[in-house]
Amino acid sequence: MSGGPLLQVQNLSKSFGGVQALSQVNFELAQGELLGVIGPNGSGKTTLVNLITGFVKSNSGTVSFRSQDITNWAPYKIIRLGIARTFQMVKPFYQLPAYKNMIIPLYSPRVKQLAGGKYGDRNAVALDLLEEVGFERDARVAYKPASVLPQGYLKRLELAKAIALQADLFILDELFSGLSLAELATLIPIIEKLRQEGKTIIMIEHRLRELFRITNRVIVLNFGRKIADGAPREVMESDAVKKAYLGTEG
Amino acid sequence: MLYLSFPRLVPIIGFLVLPLILSLYWQKVLLSVAVFALLAISWDILAQSSMVSLGQALFFGMGAYFAGIMNHYLGLPPFLTIPLATLLGGLLSTLLLMPVLRLRGIYFAMVTLIIPLMLVRIIEASKIFGGTDGLSGLTPLPGGLFESYLILIALVVILFGFRRLMDSDYGLILRGINDNDRSVMNAGINIYWYKIQALFMASSIGAFAGAYLTHIYMFVGMPVFALDYSILPIAAAVVGGPGSLAGATLGSFLLVPLSEALRGFGGLRIVFYGLFLVLFVVALPEGIFHYLQRKYEQFERMVEVEK
Repeated sequence: MSGGPLLQVQNLSKSFGGVQALSQVNFELAQGELLGVIGPNGSGKTTLVNLITGFVKSNSGTVSFRSQDITNWAPYKIIRLGIARTFQMVKPFYQLPAYKNMIIPLYSPRVKQLAGGKYGDRNAVALDLLEEVGFERDARVAYKPASVLPQGYLKRLELAKAIALQADLFILDELFSGLSLAELATLIPIIEKLRQEGKTIIMIEHRLRELFRITNRVIVLNFGRKIADGAPREVMESDAVKKAYLGTEG
Repeated sequence: MLYLSFPRLVPIIGFLVLPLILSLYWQKVLLSVAVFALLAISWDILAQSSMVSLGQALFFGMGAYFAGIMNHYLGLPPFLTIPLATLLGGLLSTLLLMPVLRLRGIYFAMVTLIIPLMLVRIIEASKIFGGTDGLSGLTPLPGGLFESYLILIALVVILFGFRRLMDSDYGLILRGINDNDRSVMNAGINIYWYKIQALFMASSIGAFAGAYLTHIYMFVGMPVFALDYSILPIAAAVVGGPGSLAGATLGSFLLVPLSEALRGFGGLRIVFYGLFLVLFVVALPEGIFHYLQRKYEQFERMVEVEK
């Protein structure tokens, strides 16, 4: 592994029709960092995630992962390199038991490759991973169909699916949204554990208070432009950020 | 344990006994039933893998023409033409549809509907492969029970084999693509490669049915690309219960003999047939198989409580 940044985003731009969703965004991310990406609704946060993971093709700019240019690659190729993402809208396979939802990521070519060309017992691995994110084994929560699980479990299932891919970079798109404080309290230790394992994490968040507790660097987007980059406290003091969140006077 | 094996034993024993007790005419109907059941299973596999097809006739016709051509021009015997036509028909159909695999829903369906209709016109205009007359005088299969058992055993193997496949983790990926393709892509899985595999399997099943029927009729011509082979399998799958493959088979076992039994009505046959279809769809929108399965599982629960 080289000493350079893990992820490098240069002059990344994307427009949908006449709307400039993202324009000239630059940033670098070192191995092991936890980066928060914040900004008002429609500021281009999810577009940024979609561009990095290839779900949306960029108009210009480059994305490099471990010094390799991955701009506009197909999503499945990017994921195989070791980038895992969660979706803002969790859409599990509702009629299937929770642990069966884990089968798809466990079927990933990446998992097979890391295990030395052999898939293990997917059901057992699925149950172990779900227990790790707090699906109580004794209560047999993992066997319940996803349709009956509360939002907190669905978000943890979404996170477990990303963990199953054994990625190096996790991109978590509004993982905290729609959760109660109690549910949040179960998620934060999982993220802290990922950090301890040396994983690099990007978190798109609206829940600033909780985000600032676990990160020491945030990027602020507004109308597709990066308007601030730094420690949470400094960033929130900046005039541009105050304007973006509170609007201008008169 | 009879209770558990009952749902599997009934169709298997049924298939094996039916040719022995049916009259010659109904034996021929049974062949037709099995052919349509294969087409309906092929449709169901595609539908479960996110590809709604209106063109089972493409697969059927490809298999039929490949078998006919290899038999007529190259003189190959049926036991070679049928397996070869199955593979080549599946391969060519897959290649034809590969460029449009990115299309979803109705757009994919439209392309599958149009291709067989275009092929008919190409054969008609270019007069290739016998043109409008088709190829006749092809080698028949060894008659009697052999031809019945060949297709019925193939049907049993394909039905149970593919049911098992769709229940496996591999099948889960295919069904996952139908449900939420982004989630499957997000696992680093190339969904187009999986769609191509499903398309090849489904079109090969259709091609097998076509190749088989070519040797039964000893003829292949433009009618093999007719709409009947596209629409009836869908009706069978929907009436029987889509998503189970067993429903598709059950639907064919109902609709094809029904169509035969209604021959007495002459011109009004299609009206009564249509009425039956509407009746099934309105009364049992989930499909017959899913209804039976639900009742069976209710019964199962009652047994458990009694213990």
